[in-house]
Amino acid sequence: MTKRFEPQQIMTLLGPFIGLALVMSIFALDPETKGTFLTRPNMITVATQTVIVALAALGMTLIIISAGIDLSVGSTIALASVVVALTIRTGHSAALALLAGAAVGMLVGAINGSLIAVLKVTPFIVTLGMLGVARGAARWLARDESILGKPTWLDPLLDPSAHGILGLPSGVWLALILAVLTALMLKYTVFGRHIFAIGSNETASRLSGLRVDGIKIGIYALAGVFVGLAGVLQYARLGQGDSTVASGLELDVIAAVVIGGGSLTGGEGSILGSIIGALIMSFLRNGFQIKGVPDYMQLIVIGVVIVAAVTVDRLRHRSQAPG
Amino acid sequence: MSALLSMTDIKKGYPGVQALKGVSLNVRAGEVLALMGENGAGKSTLIKILAGAERADSGTIAIDGTPVSIPSTHSAMDLGIAIIYQEFNLLGHLNVAENILIGHEPAGLLPGSISTAKMRQEAQRILDSIGAHISVDARVSSLSVAQQQMVEIAKAISRKGRIIAMDEPSATLTEPEIERLFALIQNLRASGVGIIYISHRIAEVERIADRVTVLRDGEVVGEGAARDLGAGEIVRMMVGRPLEDNFPKVVNTPGEIVLDVRGLSRRGVLTDIGFHIRAGEVVALAGLVGSGRTEVARCIFGEIRICDKRFRPRSPRDAIRAGIGLITEDRKQQGLVLAQSVRANETLASLGRFAMAGIVNGARERSAAQEYVDTLGIRTPTIGQRVGALSGGNQQKVVLAKWLITESRLLIMDEPTRGIDVGAKVEIYHLMNKLTASGVAILMISSDLPEVLGMADRIVVMRGGAVAGELNRAEATAEAIGNLVLT
Repeated sequence: MTKRFEPQQIMTLLGPFIGLALVMSIFALDPETKGTFLTRPNMITVATQTVIVALAALGMTLIIISAGIDLSVGSTIALASVVVALTIRTGHSAALALLAGAAVGMLVGAINGSLIAVLKVTPFIVTLGMLGVARGAARWLARDESILGKPTWLDPLLDPSAHGILGLPSGVWLALILAVLTALMLKYTVFGRHIFAIGSNETASRLSGLRVDGIKIGIYALAGVFVGLAGVLQYARLGQGDSTVASGLELDVIAAVVIGGGSLTGGEGSILGSIIGALIMSFLRNGFQIKGVPDYMQLIVIGVVIVAAVTVDRLRHRSQAPG
Repeated sequence: MSALLSMTDIKKGYPGVQALKGVSLNVRAGEVLALMGENGAGKSTLIKILAGAERADSGTIAIDGTPVSIPSTHSAMDLGIAIIYQEFNLLGHLNVAENILIGHEPAGLLPGSISTAKMRQEAQRILDSIGAHISVDARVSSLSVAQQQMVEIAKAISRKGRIIAMDEPSATLTEPEIERLFALIQNLRASGVGIIYISHRIAEVERIADRVTVLRDGEVVGEGAARDLGAGEIVRMMVGRPLEDNFPKVVNTPGEIVLDVRGLSRRGVLTDIGFHIRAGEVVALAGLVGSGRTEVARCIFGEIRICDKRFRPRSPRDAIRAGIGLITEDRKQQGLVLAQSVRANETLASLGRFAMAGIVNGARERSAAQEYVDTLGIRTPTIGQRVGALSGGNQQKVVLAKWLITESRLLIMDEPTRGIDVGAKVEIYHLMNKLTASGVAILMISSDLPEVLGMADRIVVMRGGAVAGELNRAEATAEAIGNLVLT
């Protein structure tokens, strides 16, 4: 069966790509950066730097499509990284540590989801509270110190010099595989389709017999797994569990999703878009670093890019034929 | 006398549809022009162009004979054009006076300050002038729909509105409220305001309108003085063919009892409700708004958690599993996911049926969706079309398809034809016949008395949360129902 795409659909798909191509071509053509920017080692570096945000953005995409938000991502990553470090230091296997990291993320997500679904507290408030609770729990567990791990096979997961397949460290591949699975899940499973339905019209979904509460808990729990895995990679990057790490990272994650076409009012967003959104931010930072642009300037430019990307998205929406 | 407003040869196209193919209309000062047409005829697009929310591809708009351009809703307001939409643009948290004067609040002593006293005074003056008895200090969210509508009209007047367009203003009002609205429209007319009145209700249009302009498929198919045209002619022009029978009811031999409600009570709302529905039957719940009709439906559908003893649905999910479908009163808010496709809406309640291990079989889903588009005659370019872009009648058919796919044995239809034009109404009635013929039972809630009399096999009349009486088709008359509703 052939599919016909309307111009707007094509724009939705291509929009983030065009943004990415734009950012990349700027640095590829800039005389100061073109020598290093498009090189293989630099591409690997950027990919590696993007992984943590990208993984968390998988979950955030689901949450934002369902018209929710999660502000506790950064804290949960720190908590998971501490849990991973503690598990390894107490002599358990790296595999168990990885599971523990994912499980603690899932637990946090399930708590978020349950409070949102059952007590009907808005996601913003619930996860704002969790931002504090998870960070506090991480520092408590770590006794306000960094927890050093031991050498395990987790360590090279995010090492750009680890030379995995195509030169990419295995953490990048993990994120890529999960991204593909999540995108397929969103498009081809009942759960995925129901996420869009809930985000577009929760009342109509409930009256159509959808288990809205259960689905919401599922969304936040699954997103929690991704965040937990991001915590595992965070541990791998630093070689230690750091309770103060990833502070404010949730804002990068949310930015990645909205740059990629996610709508905070729900019903819209895509995994591919979010990944590209994360890459756009990474390439900007990377290019600026090579160029030697000061930190504060990077912050300003990235801030402008976020607003500009969403503005373009709104303009596109306005041009749609009315109902 | 030259026209207050004249729109000439307005054209507007969207990708795939030419919504307006050169429409012209005139409104004189102190006149009510009824703009009629089925959903999708182009009324809304025309009004959006007048409101500055959309731009015409070509054509001219003139006010008092002077050509104007309306690039934004703001410039429409400056030109004295006010639109009263079905969904009001009011700020629920603010009070009546603040809503009426929003955007041009009277200045106080200090620069940038607002004089509350002047504001209340001015708001009161406007409300008095239209004969609306609403406190200027009331919070808008605490007002009834009819009162909110009055606030919208007052707002339009405070902005020196000379041309006021009302989109189905009577749709959500009760009879006495409609009377008050009509009195208000007469006042406006007397003060020289030009009014464009959009409605599906022919009887109203005959009463209130001076002239009628009828649109069909983006073209003006007729216009004239309201009293010369008459109801039959207007309907014929709207639909494009004479409408032989408004209620094509087919009576079936009822089968076994599908739903038996006994002793259904909910404190303060429902007392000891009892009735039954057989397969192939249409039972109507009649009664005034607030008599408990909708609550009965919501109980049966598991939305309210106190119900009959043996079948006690705790959620809509339970009810759906038991073979019940609910066609809600409010299609857009509760029935459909407007931003999604026809296909996604049709299968919303039954996606699991097309899935193995949670993975949706797209081909099977699409063919089921297409099948119901064909059998119900849903007019949509493809099953991938956004439901929000369909007309009201077609949207309602999509809701119907959703429940047919779940193989509902009992369909609860709450105001099944509200906001649907005449032609599409008859199609919905035909579909109801088809459904009952195949053994589906229908519980219909309707405020439209002719519809109740025309389509129901039996009528359960409710009053004050209890059953006031039951009438069968033969003994049901408007009078008999009226007696039960009111005594």
